[in-house]
Amino acid sequence: MIPLAYPILLSALLFTVGVVGVMLRRNAIMMFMCVELMLNAANILFVAFARNFGQLDGQVFVFFVITVAAAEVAVGLALIVAIFRTRGSIEVDDLRDLQG
Amino acid sequence: MNLETILFLVLGGVALAAAIAMVITRNMVHSALFMVVVFLATAVLYLVYQAPLLAMLQITVYAGGIMVLFLFVIMLIGAEKMSHVENLRWQRPLAFGLMAALLAETVYVAATRLQFPPPAAIGPDFGGPKAIGLVLFNQYLLPFEVTSVLLLAAMVGSIALTVRKEKSR
Repeated sequence: MIPLAYPILLSALLFTVGVVGVMLRRNAIMMFMCVELMLNAANILFVAFARNFGQLDGQVFVFFVITVAAAEVAVGLALIVAIFRTRGSIEVDDLRDLQG
Repeated sequence: MNLETILFLVLGGVALAAAIAMVITRNMVHSALFMVVVFLATAVLYLVYQAPLLAMLQITVYAGGIMVLFLFVIMLIGAEKMSHVENLRWQRPLAFGLMAALLAETVYVAATRLQFPPPAAIGPDFGGPKAIGLVLFNQYLLPFEVTSVLLLAAMVGSIALTVRKEKSR
């Protein structure tokens, strides 16, 4: 049996990589993929704890997270396509019309 | 060290390396393909953790659906040919500092504060479609229905956002 510290560490590392990606990459699609990476890191932890406690609730939560991620991607990519059509760029630093 | 632990370390290493490569690489198509590697490694990890249904869902929905949608949009708007010159001056060291802080915090909490019971015994059908379905449609029926409304809203929203208005004639 795998010690629970391993998935916690892996999840923390993957989540950190996702956070750094959101902070360092200024491309909307890349930021979006990093958000997916963070959701994935949380899912790993859910599944590991579900196995450790012998309860299926964690796996059901992963089911919901996957559903929300799918909805998020559908709307988010539609937004990105709409922004690209009007602005011709998906670099978030270019979208500063509301900046004073 | 038993077989499960070795498998976990190999898969975790693959997932972590692919995640780092995804953030670093400049070509967005390569990034999306590295992301597929992360999702596939995670799916096999789910199999190690007795979650066969979730492993299949991960492959079909994430690797099959979501990443294809990403690749489709990347190629549709030609994002792989865009120049990626981030104009970050003082933000970059700050980001690495925050990364170190977050990592130290999570590792510290995981290593010191949490006490876990030994792993519980599970039946052979743990994580199968029947077991998940029983929990999902009894205990979590209301969230499941709310999820369907969410998916409907996402579908309507994405169509409304991308539809081109016809010129009035």
